[in-house]
Amino acid sequence: MQSKNRTINLFYVPALVLFAFFVVYPFVKGIYLSMTNWNGYSRSFKIIGLANYKNLFADKNVRRAFVNTLIYGAGSTVIQNILGILLAVFLNQKFRGRGFVRTVIYLPVMIAPLIMGYIMYFFFNYSRGALNDILKILSLAPVDWLADGNRSVWILTLVNSLQFVGISMVIYLAGLQNIPGMYYEAAAIDGINSSQKFFCITLPLLMPAITSAVTLNLIGGLKLYDVIIALTGGGPGYDTNSLSTLIYRYYFGGERAGYASAIGLVMFVFIMIVSNIVVRGLQKRQVEL
Amino acid sequence: MRKANPVLRVIAIVAILAVFLAPFWILTTISFKPSTDTSSYWLFSSTPTMNNIKAAIEKAGIFGAIGRTAFITVCVVVLEVIVSAFAAYPLARRNTKFNKVVQAFILGIMMVPPLSILVSLYSIIVSIHGVNQYWAVILVLLTYQLPQGIFLYANFIRSIPVALDEAATIDGCGPGRTFFLVIMPQLKPVTATVAILSSVNCWNDFQFSRYILQTSRMNTVTLSISSFFSQTYIDLSTATACALIAILPVVICFLILQKYFIQGMIDSSVK
Repeated sequence: MQSKNRTINLFYVPALVLFAFFVVYPFVKGIYLSMTNWNGYSRSFKIIGLANYKNLFADKNVRRAFVNTLIYGAGSTVIQNILGILLAVFLNQKFRGRGFVRTVIYLPVMIAPLIMGYIMYFFFNYSRGALNDILKILSLAPVDWLADGNRSVWILTLVNSLQFVGISMVIYLAGLQNIPGMYYEAAAIDGINSSQKFFCITLPLLMPAITSAVTLNLIGGLKLYDVIIALTGGGPGYDTNSLSTLIYRYYFGGERAGYASAIGLVMFVFIMIVSNIVVRGLQKRQVEL
Repeated sequence: MRKANPVLRVIAIVAILAVFLAPFWILTTISFKPSTDTSSYWLFSSTPTMNNIKAAIEKAGIFGAIGRTAFITVCVVVLEVIVSAFAAYPLARRNTKFNKVVQAFILGIMMVPPLSILVSLYSIIVSIHGVNQYWAVILVLLTYQLPQGIFLYANFIRSIPVALDEAATIDGCGPGRTFFLVIMPQLKPVTATVAILSSVNCWNDFQFSRYILQTSRMNTVTLSISSFFSQTYIDLSTATACALIAILPVVICFLILQKYFIQGMIDSSVK
């Protein structure tokens, strides 16, 4: 019986082999490469110890990408969750056409973020952009939206948030539908107003949904890549790079494979720590309820 | 319950629709605008043309890209369904300490940003001669899709009564036959979820395909669109027409199978 039981563990061997070869092995090899000055194709390279790590903390492009990655992650999470809850509460009311509105909000989730980035180019373009056309009608001066790095970072955050807010909305709609109506009835007898209703009943009972949505949005935002490539290419200069796009640029554009490897590992550790702290923190709050 | 103001509601609905439909509208207007037409992107051309669409099909070969993307997607999804359903079975049924560690490891992989190990992953792909090979992109995509599939299957299998497995064992089935005859026939709904979620991811993938498939004759949808937009002489109208054609299959699938897409999203997010 016991041996029979153990043989079923063989079922996950194919999956583990793939993980070993395409996740664990690259990870370990990445640690090794990060201590070399490899350029990405040459056969000879030297082991240079921790020099890459020392350099990367002094590299202002890395610092910039690091801050941007945090903004992409935290900014997208905040925007998507606030907007997601608002949309879900709004679309949880009964009115004609709400199914259609939900569909429209979720539709962009299906589109490749890369394509969404290119479409956004037609909105933020200076000379012919759709947004500047609106400004023109309002007789306001056109804005060169993507010329400023700081603004572009927030534009990218907003584009990513609006594209994927449908996911949060759907999670919150499911969460709202799981709240038993009797809580609201009891509260109505006690005579609470609608903001109390939202903050004292709806929000606490949505905690599991909040955990799911925050986790998804945070991981998605911290990994942001495609839309940056499409809309700004990391520019102007190095101003809108995330760690992901910077690694790509240093590796394929700058032939600094060892260095890019070191950035990758720092990014890996950083994202693991941030996501774990956030997820743990949220789960604790759930238990306390 | 307080009655919402109907006027405010209509304004909110119009605003939402405007924001979320605008990208699709602009994509459509540009795709049908002749290159000589310099009117606002918001306006549909007064002299619409099919030339951009024609160029997207004939010059840019967007259907070829769609075909290659479809091939890669189907391969990944089929393999993922098989490999992850198998992997999930022992994880759902045998709660040993070791298996718990395996499961935590698999969930951890979901959080790994694939680009953080780009350099070494790419160098490994080079060393196994995987550059410009479909099998390489299929295997890599598969690997990074697997955790989600395993997670969904394991959750689903846990909801199937263990008594069924036990009955099969008493009747003399080994674990293999139990899986094939008892578990597998019940996995249809979760298989739909897994397949739908990972087909969208594969179809839209850019970060893996970009460095594994480097030759233009293997361009997938995202690759051919990005090569169009990044050329020095940018033929924007053709590029937009490509984008429009490329998103149509996904949009149509979504509109038909909406229920499954959304249920799948919810299932995969609740941890």
